[in-house]
Amino acid sequence: MFRNSYDSDNTTFSPQGKLHQVEYALEAVKQGSAAIGLRSKTHAILLTLKRSTGELATYQKKLIRIDDHVGIAIAGLTSDARVLSNFMRQQAMSSRMLYGRPIPVARIMQGIADKAQNNTQQYGRRPYGVGFLVIGEDETGPHLFEFSPSGTSFEYYAHSIGARSQSAKTYLETNFESFEDADLPTLINHGLTALHDTLQQDKHLSNLNTSIAIIGPPAPAAEGEDNVSSSGAAKRGSFRTWENAEIEGLLRAWRRSRGEPEEGPQEAEEAERLKRDQETHAGAGGVGVPAAAGGEAEGEGAASGASAGAAGGAPAPAAGSEDVNME
Amino acid sequence: MNHHPGAWGQPLPAHAQFDMFNPGQSYRQAPKAAPITHTQQPLVTGTSVLGIKYEGGVMLAADNLASYGSLARFRDIQRLHPLGKQTVIAASGDMSDFQWLKKELDSILREENGLSLTDSHPSLSPQHIYDFLANLFYARRSKMNPLWNAMLVGGWDNKKNESFLGFVDLLGTTYSAPTLATGYGAHIATPLLREAYEDKAGIDGKGPLLTAEEAEKVLADCMKVLFYRDARSINKYQTATVTSEGVKISDSKSVETEWGFAESLRGYGAQNQ
Amino acid sequence: MALFDQRPAYAHEPTVAPIEHRFSPYSDNGGTILAIAGADFAVIAGDTRQSEGYSIQTRYARKVWQLTDNATLATNGFAADGKNFVKRVKQRLEWYEHAHHKPMGLKAIARMIQTMLYGRRFFPYYVYNILGGIEEDGTGAVYSFDPVGSYEREACRAAGAAQSLVQPFLDNQIYFKNQTPAPGAEAFVPGRLPMATVLGLVVDSFTSATERHIEVGDGLEMYVVMKEGRQTTDLTDEGQLPAGMKVEELGSMGEGRGEKTFLVSMPLKRD
Repeated sequence: MFRNSYDSDNTTFSPQGKLHQVEYALEAVKQGSAAIGLRSKTHAILLTLKRSTGELATYQKKLIRIDDHVGIAIAGLTSDARVLSNFMRQQAMSSRMLYGRPIPVARIMQGIADKAQNNTQQYGRRPYGVGFLVIGEDETGPHLFEFSPSGTSFEYYAHSIGARSQSAKTYLETNFESFEDADLPTLINHGLTALHDTLQQDKHLSNLNTSIAIIGPPAPAAEGEDNVSSSGAAKRGSFRTWENAEIEGLLRAWRRSRGEPEEGPQEAEEAERLKRDQETHAGAGGVGVPAAAGGEAEGEGAASGASAGAAGGAPAPAAGSEDVNME
Repeated sequence: MNHHPGAWGQPLPAHAQFDMFNPGQSYRQAPKAAPITHTQQPLVTGTSVLGIKYEGGVMLAADNLASYGSLARFRDIQRLHPLGKQTVIAASGDMSDFQWLKKELDSILREENGLSLTDSHPSLSPQHIYDFLANLFYARRSKMNPLWNAMLVGGWDNKKNESFLGFVDLLGTTYSAPTLATGYGAHIATPLLREAYEDKAGIDGKGPLLTAEEAEKVLADCMKVLFYRDARSINKYQTATVTSEGVKISDSKSVETEWGFAESLRGYGAQNQ
Repeated sequence: MALFDQRPAYAHEPTVAPIEHRFSPYSDNGGTILAIAGADFAVIAGDTRQSEGYSIQTRYARKVWQLTDNATLATNGFAADGKNFVKRVKQRLEWYEHAHHKPMGLKAIARMIQTMLYGRRFFPYYVYNILGGIEEDGTGAVYSFDPVGSYEREACRAAGAAQSLVQPFLDNQIYFKNQTPAPGAEAFVPGRLPMATVLGLVVDSFTSATERHIEVGDGLEMYVVMKEGRQTTDLTDEGQLPAGMKVEELGSMGEGRGEKTFLVSMPLKRD
């Protein structure tokens, strides 16, 4: 199904001066779950919301290490991200091999931006369906960049991409002026609040769905003494990611800073929700999630789509179904 | 297999047939035509270059001669070359390879400067340039097509605020030390340089370093001894200093020499017996 | 024996091909390396002199390289080949970690090194490698290689310029060759010596090699890889190390199990 006659070939401009395939690729980025990046004078961090394709599946990783001093968060097609991140790793290693120099962050961005641009100008190719937030540190300090399938890369003080990222952006825009001088715990709290804003009404940040990446000097008190002491990368101030149990302390500190109960709402609510689910579906004779969860918004319904189908009763939500390759 | 002791350790050519009755003759063959190789020999060459670290910088020295065999062919060539604002290279060995190398490195630095216009990232440090040179020399030797030079890289690292001095040669061999010399200078000048350096800094190098004046004096002494003893040298040389201020390459200079004693030497000058 | 009196006829004949000065891509930079495995630790050591012929190029060039939290590699032979070989090994280790999210095990590194060396069978790296560290089962291990990849796991190995001086000493002290247990005493078991004894043997090996071999000297670097659970004090306690040693704990490189690597260094004679 075409939107118009100018969108089947990515190298042909529409009369409005648009390359429709490129615009659609940008849409693919918006299908992925949110990723947020912030930068201070000393640190650059990434925060991502992980998704699981179902209760039997693990949460998909959204953070990829490129080199000691560079790492990315992805939103969009995971497989395209793998190709591009591999290319970035090659570039980073070739700089280290040839010059013994960690690649300057702006140069690695230029590298993938040029690669993406190629795909918008050659017949028979398609743009990448993935966007990155890239953090890195080089001789000029910490950086945060966005890469987008249109072949651009811009540097930011703070930025967000992916599903419902506009809400996060709103928060970041009103607060970014304080980021420059913020210490790491404050920066992380801002990030978590922004990430929280991308969630649906009844969802919460938990150690299952949240992951954080940091570049910059370690702060054992905030990051967790155990985390830092068992990670060489953290001790060196290199790119490191915290998730699952490692992130519990950070989430607790964040809730504390908001005057919320440290345990977080999910335990109680989760139990309640599960109970409610079982009651709802006992009659339908299947296991699943409430139909209300599906179809509510873009980007949250993979699990509901699949399990609703399995239940055989509830209609598959059209707007809520998403590609399992999107992260 | 040929068990004759004279053939021990010698591989049997793949197609050879062993003649058990005449073991010594069994796989002799006519010498083949020379194989195709990239092998070359240096033609127009520069002799030793010297380098020493001193307080606040590093100093290199090289004379202005490029020899064609034993002929003092080009008497005003510069063997010191600046690369950016914080690095100098000094070359001994083949001068055409050195000229090619200068062109390559200049082009890399030009590109680097172009990129830094957009991202403001500092240019390659002396260590980065040195690593690149080491890789280049090693890659070329591995293709059996070496760059026939022994080079010194001197520089000042603005980030670490310390001097840099490194050696790399046609085999890709690399090493660093507070004093370095290539070629004949490795034998003649190294002991003098090390002595001067260690007299002040101590063998652990932790004491005070030579001042710029002292370093220049040591290099001048070494260049003089080399001029006396190295038949491929001339008494006209330049020094390069790299400090946090940048690179300075001096005009050509010469040292005072004394040849009076030579008159009494048999074999020197016009003598009857 | 008449057989040895005369070399075969062809050996006396002049070479017919013209003598050509060919570029030789190799050099020998002297020095010596050595590694000893203990029950739950390994020591990998090398001197720091780099020479060519009678010239000392530098008094400090490293020959021992930490690869992971539980593996350290010593190289000896042609220094340029050594450096570049180590660089390529580290590159492979990094891609392994990208793919598997864990560091490569010691045994796997050993096999990888053999593959990489044999890959250059017809233009070899002129490098003798000794790999030491902690095996995945927690035992201290040493692997030694020849330049084209033959390798085996051993309790100890010396290589390089003073191999012929040091190895017989190690055979005697580590493998207990030419020693007989006292009547009624337990049989000797190689690879079970305490760390202080091993470090003492390493120091003695190098001070002796320095006396008797012109290419050995200037400085000694000993990398001590210890199994998780062993304490820093195992090394720094009184009596563990001979006097005049500098001890530096090398930070963990990745998400290791808690193995620790120390760099113990001391000066050697410079003449």
